Amino acid sequence: MKSIRGKVYVVRDDVDTDQIIPAQYLNLVPTIPEEYAKLGSYALCGLPDSYPPFVAPGEMKSVYPVIIAGRNFGCGSSREHAPIALGAAGVKAVIAESYARIFFRNAVATGELYPFESGQRLCEMLRTGDEVEIDVTRARVTVLASGASHELKELGAVAPVVEAGGIFAYARKSGIIR
Amino acid sequence: MGMTITEKILARAAGKTCLGPGDNVWVKVDILLTHDVCGPGTIGVFQREFGASARVWDPSRVVIIPDHYIFTADQKAHRNVDILREFVRQQGLPHYYDPGTRNYKGVCHVALPEEGHVRPGEVIFGTDSHTCTHGALGAFATGIGNTDAGFILGTGKVLIKVPRTLRFRVEGALPEHVMAKDVILRVIGDIGFDGASYCAMEFTGEAIQRLSVEERMTICNMAIEAGGKNGIIEPDAKTFEYVRRRTTKPFEAVYGDSNARVDSERVYDAASIEPCVAEPHVPSHYATARSRRDVKLDRAYIGSCTGGKLTDFLAAARILRGRKVSIPTFLVPATTEVAEGLLREEIGGRSLVQIFADAGCEDIAPPSCAACLGGPVDTYGRTSGNEVVISTTNRNFPGRMGSKQSRIYLASPLTVAASAVAGHIADPRDYL
Repeated sequence: MKSIRGKVYVVRDDVDTDQIIPAQYLNLVPTIPEEYAKLGSYALCGLPDSYPPFVAPGEMKSVYPVIIAGRNFGCGSSREHAPIALGAAGVKAVIAESYARIFFRNAVATGELYPFESGQRLCEMLRTGDEVEIDVTRARVTVLASGASHELKELGAVAPVVEAGGIFAYARKSGIIR
Repeated sequence: MGMTITEKILARAAGKTCLGPGDNVWVKVDILLTHDVCGPGTIGVFQREFGASARVWDPSRVVIIPDHYIFTADQKAHRNVDILREFVRQQGLPHYYDPGTRNYKGVCHVALPEEGHVRPGEVIFGTDSHTCTHGALGAFATGIGNTDAGFILGTGKVLIKVPRTLRFRVEGALPEHVMAKDVILRVIGDIGFDGASYCAMEFTGEAIQRLSVEERMTICNMAIEAGGKNGIIEPDAKTFEYVRRRTTKPFEAVYGDSNARVDSERVYDAASIEPCVAEPHVPSHYATARSRRDVKLDRAYIGSCTGGKLTDFLAAARILRGRKVSIPTFLVPATTEVAEGLLREEIGGRSLVQIFADAGCEDIAPPSCAACLGGPVDTYGRTSGNEVVISTTNRNFPGRMGSKQSRIYLASPLTVAASAVAGHIADPRDYL
């Protein structure tokens, strides 16, 4: 069983790519390793100030490997910097009610994180800091404190692509490209 | 079963006689567009995956238009343009519009059709979500990330899912105080910010046919603001006239079948569409302009791929002629061609440049994306505090124009100009 365990960071509906990585940091090029790491340090810094910091000041990584979101997560721009910033900050999975199309595709293409969909409105049920364990293979999330378990939508063909590390790695592994 | 225009374009690009929504197909790409913000990362992916000395699949089909962070002292922004330049040189790419030269154009989604790279029936991918603009000329066009773009650079192909089509029919003729921006903000308000997720948004009807190509671009440009995969309008005589003035390349237009199945069809009476705004902080927060006259403004902004075309400035000038703005009003023509138009076009014997100066607008900035998406801190028009802005741009997310504390209202150029005069949100009917 592949699992992801750790604290969740909870956001609501329509968290757009400008909030995930504000445009002023798009001068960083994700394929340059030190700039990739720097993008992580800015992840979600565009959220309104009412949110706690996702990455603590002075840190490069977040203590939250899982994001819980409402509808339409990642809407807005096609900037691949968005899933990359989250992945660089240490995010392993997002569980949202729904995604904007380009963000979902970029998350899979880069292999940065597992974009799970939940049937339930988990962003109303969980609080930032709650610990969960995601069973990636069975597509379930369990809240550790209460033992409550929630079914997630199966990732299907998406899971092996993320597992491989993105479309290029997957295409090589499966013989689509050499 | 017949196919929609979107399905037929994708079928042709996939080498299939028929396909339908939900099918995953490999399509041949006619044009790949990138810019200074996503180009360097795309090149990085291409070189990492295909090798440092790999060649792009077809240099004539790669178009690179730097436009985001051009007029800034930011060193990384300059470094990024250098990466583009070096790649263009190494690969011998013919379609590159270099900042600092006469060849510089400005905002990629206005420059791409201006330079003849958008042709009916073709398949366009771009590393920018507003690539959906180009459906206005009867092409399939959508935004992608760096990784997919890097794959296209190496192979000329990409795997995509055929979208379901939502059709929007606008009957009749739009009143003179209503613009394409009002139509698309109304549609987004009706269906919601994710109301067209994964879908093709097809716009049709007499009111759409009566629109200029530039106004049609405004509509398709904002398909992404409802989550749409592409926006599309069937080509007609206006489209062909626009394209033929700009390229001699052959193309084969595609039209939907009359028996094509769409997921839904919404019908609007053009006469019922009103000047409107999208309130903070999502483009689906629709309100009529006249119902928001109590909103005081600090700043007006006219620019971007959505609202920085010549048509947009002509509309603003109709209202600003002979009047004074009461708040700082920032003007950023999308491209050098638009900027030339501001000097050339006249209303009542005054050029648009003179009209805007007479009205007390800020000095016109050189063409680029500028403050539409905030950008580096020295970006022209960028917000830095709790400004309330009315803007012809496409997004009003928190922090979109720079400061998280500022509030952005999206509107048509007519409504923005009327509001710039009033100092609060205003209905252009009171000024025409």
